[in-house]
Amino acid sequence: MNSVADRLYTIRFKVDEKSHLVIDDQQTCLACKTKECTHFCPADVYDWHEDEKMTSVAFENCIECGTCRIGCPEHNISWVYPKGGHGITYKFG
Amino acid sequence: MANEHFDAIVVGAGPAGSAAAYTMAKAGLSVVLMERGEFAGAKNIFGGVIYRKQLEDIIPEFWKEAPLEREVIEQRLWLLGEQSVVTFGHRNEAFKQPSNCWTGLRVKFDQWFAGKAEQAGALAIYETVATELIREGDRVVGVRTDREDGDLYASVVVVADGVNSLLGKALGIHREWAPDEVSLAVKEVIALPKEKILDRFNLEGNEGVTIELVGQTHGMAGLGFLYTNQESISLGVGVMVSDLKKKNIKPYQVLEGLKAHPMVKRLLQGGETKEYSGHLIPEGGYHSIPSLCGNGWVICGDAAQLVNFVHREGTNLAMTSGRFAGEAIVEAHQRGDYSKAGLAGYDRRIAASFVHKDLKKYQGMHALLRDVDPTIMFDKLPYAVNEAAYQMLLVDGVSKAEKQRMALRGIKNATGGSMNLLKLGYKGWRAING
Repeated sequence: MNSVADRLYTIRFKVDEKSHLVIDDQQTCLACKTKECTHFCPADVYDWHEDEKMTSVAFENCIECGTCRIGCPEHNISWVYPKGGHGITYKFG
Repeated sequence: MANEHFDAIVVGAGPAGSAAAYTMAKAGLSVVLMERGEFAGAKNIFGGVIYRKQLEDIIPEFWKEAPLEREVIEQRLWLLGEQSVVTFGHRNEAFKQPSNCWTGLRVKFDQWFAGKAEQAGALAIYETVATELIREGDRVVGVRTDREDGDLYASVVVVADGVNSLLGKALGIHREWAPDEVSLAVKEVIALPKEKILDRFNLEGNEGVTIELVGQTHGMAGLGFLYTNQESISLGVGVMVSDLKKKNIKPYQVLEGLKAHPMVKRLLQGGETKEYSGHLIPEGGYHSIPSLCGNGWVICGDAAQLVNFVHREGTNLAMTSGRFAGEAIVEAHQRGDYSKAGLAGYDRRIAASFVHKDLKKYQGMHALLRDVDPTIMFDKLPYAVNEAAYQMLLVDGVSKAEKQRMALRGIKNATGGSMNLLKLGYKGWRAING
């Protein structure tokens, strides 16, 4: 159980076509020195791509904790719940 | 479901929402219990411990039917060094009759509790997100959902949508939580045969143990926890988001570090991780509690920051606040007055209860955690205490007087000198006796 993929494999996901997480402005990410979201997210949803100068959002891995909404230093992430019945379903909790 | 009018809509089928819905439905009100997951508990996690008293006040003798894990007869506190531990704990047969608390798993428990609300007459609507509140003037009159024609109207809306309370923010009663008002907890449920749990934790039958872990959080303010379930262990760690932001470390790496600690590792040996999960915990304390009611609305549980993080109590505060909200709404219904003044019975009940009193007692704790370098309390001190214990117990020809001097010096140095140790002690005392 070392990679985040192994961990996320234990959770049932019902993925919506549309992302419930949206980066408001990629220029803000470019200017961001810390890129903290790439570290603190417990599901590794965010990744910075130096060549393309953009943050990618693997919303299909999101465990809906809300940390990115609060933790982004620029409040650059629009965060809503996945559509009803979508996203994660725990079996123990 | 358009244009139908209910007495109350409860948003969120967690412990606060189900307690409110149950209380109101039992009194004969028409109640909708709305949940975004496939079922109650689908999105929910906690440590977790379920306390008897506050649920018993809602459903007497619930333990005869509720899905609970183990009856907690012992609570331990471990101060972790890198490869060592200093332990405290209390075990007592008196925790059995009646039970003080049980370990539990959210998915089973929340379904049971929401089911009780449904049996009492609440109409549960799953797989539905309440996207916004519908208002008329300064009154909340319903919720908009993500269903087609999904507007629902009611005399009162109970906002119990959890720590991320988007509806609470829509009400404007609190801004976004600051990173130091929430902790991120990650957890694994690790399957282990029953006999191994009984042997490793010195238990019989349905007895259980909780262990809180201090230290090994990379200097971040936070706690680990290890709880015994029937045939699994719940292992997790929560750290303050403001601290996590400063470290280039992934939350699950902190958890992995705890799993590798020699004292923890042997308890988990042979176990298999069945589930990984993560959730925010409201830890703003007393000063983060928003207004609790207004014209046509009340707010309960995590959404209202009603968590006593010093004693890791949350579920019980959620249930009690939900019950109080339900009782106040029943009164408001009888009078036909759902205004802020008509719902003030909720405020009064909270103010007179342990919920308000306990959070007030620890009102200084948030400032303490904000103002004191977290590496002192969550890293250097646990290390120094372990080193002191090690030195005092190691027989190596050094005199006991010299060892005692070394131990005290180590603890003073951990806090930055004698004055700082005294100041920290004083601040700490103030923080827990607000």
